[in-house]
Amino acid sequence: MNPLIMLTTLQYSVAQFIPGGDWIIQLIFYLFFFIFILYGQKIQMYVMIREVQGSLYRLKYIRDEGRKITIETINEIGKPQSDPTPRVDRFLEYFTISPQSLDPAGIVWKLEHILNIRDARFKDEVKLMAPSADKTQAHNLENTLEAAMALNYIYKIIRHFYLLGKKTLSLYVIMQLQMVLPLVMREAEAYASALKAFAYGQPIGDGAGALVAASLMHGHETRKIPEDCVVATVQIEGRSAFVIKAEGPGGNVGKPGDAIKTIIEENEGKIANIIMIDAALKLEGEPVGEVAEGVGAAIGGPGVDQFKIEEAILKHRIPINAVIVREDVGDAVSPMRKEIFDAVDKAIERIKQVILEKTKEGDKVIIAGIGNTIGIGQ
Amino acid sequence: MQEASSDRTRVSPYIWLLVIITVAISLILLLLALQEITSEQKDETLATYLLLAGAVLLGSAAYAMIQTRKRVFRAKIESHPIMTTIECKKCGFKSTREFQRGDYIFKESERCQKCGNPTIIAAIYREVKEKEKKRFTS
Repeated sequence: MNPLIMLTTLQYSVAQFIPGGDWIIQLIFYLFFFIFILYGQKIQMYVMIREVQGSLYRLKYIRDEGRKITIETINEIGKPQSDPTPRVDRFLEYFTISPQSLDPAGIVWKLEHILNIRDARFKDEVKLMAPSADKTQAHNLENTLEAAMALNYIYKIIRHFYLLGKKTLSLYVIMQLQMVLPLVMREAEAYASALKAFAYGQPIGDGAGALVAASLMHGHETRKIPEDCVVATVQIEGRSAFVIKAEGPGGNVGKPGDAIKTIIEENEGKIANIIMIDAALKLEGEPVGEVAEGVGAAIGGPGVDQFKIEEAILKHRIPINAVIVREDVGDAVSPMRKEIFDAVDKAIERIKQVILEKTKEGDKVIIAGIGNTIGIGQ
Repeated sequence: MQEASSDRTRVSPYIWLLVIITVAISLILLLLALQEITSEQKDETLATYLLLAGAVLLGSAAYAMIQTRKRVFRAKIESHPIMTTIECKKCGFKSTREFQRGDYIFKESERCQKCGNPTIIAAIYREVKEKEKKRFTS
């Protein structure tokens, strides 16, 4: 039924039931009309604010849970002499200032230096917080603290824009926040999941590349190479493959850039091919654990390692291939899904195929498994 | 921590007030509808509208309450069971158990239940049941 006819009928009926009812209904109708004309936007904004507030409560809960898990893990593993809570709280507020990019020449080395200082600082802090933790546990604690820091940062940013929107009553601030919130919440939930995985030392989705390398090098002799990486020489299809991964099973990504450069220099640039395996973000609709192949340096992070690898391969004109395992951002930082684990065999098959097609028998190749090697030995 | 838990379980007093007012209005409308139906000079059209308006308001109040409860319920971090698969190097016998702290892939584990040879942790993973129907996947 037409709402106007309904309203007229209702008006007629109320007029019969209550003396002067038609007048009341008309008044209500115009009242609603003017309220929505004049305050419609404000009402919409208050609805949005309520929605953002709900998400902010959830973010606060996730942040506090993350902090609680971190402190519990430090107490359990590190056996500190004093309460680590104040130190953890201070650590959560740590920040890193990226180098000035007005003159971009040489920025990679500046960024690397800053990141090295940051890593050293993290290691020192963890040593002070958890003196009884061994190397693997210390790596895991570093990762746990980083996840807790990320959760704290997300919460504070969202809270900032929420309060700013409320203070200025700006629809556009609130609207932008409300629009981006579903993605932010997904990321926060992924970090919360990652935090648990790091605290327990469980392998995460990002370790798909490291797991492929570990599967190839398992049972072979390994040696340490800079920085925080291991290499094993494995015979694959009659070729000598230098299989590289970060040293596990502690939470560690190593510096594959330095590792690949070292192997290239050790072999005087006589490397027939480099194959990099990494986890890559999938698009919605693509299945988790799908293996794809391409060219280029498959490595994420701030870009320092990718830069170093590209410099080294350019110097010696070495072809580079990439094999990726697709997963979404949540899967990348949460405990490894079975689909990703099952993709390891498919990735190895693909690597062998690339080796057969692109190299000759007796050639030397580098296979680098990129990613966080938490919960993955060698 | 205490503050956080009270935050997530707290339902705004304004929402409570709104729900109470809505329920009260809906009950009045439903009573009026009942009165109209039972009266001698009954007007069926008015009774229907009153009934309809009462039901809609009551439904809205219930929906608001369910949504609020849902928000409180959702305030927990989802966790899936993590499984560890142990495999015998010699006979290939596989067994699966829940993940324990200290487990890692390729770690030497306990002796094989079948042949007594050393075993290794062959896999650590979580299984996720897909909620969505698979559409446009190819």
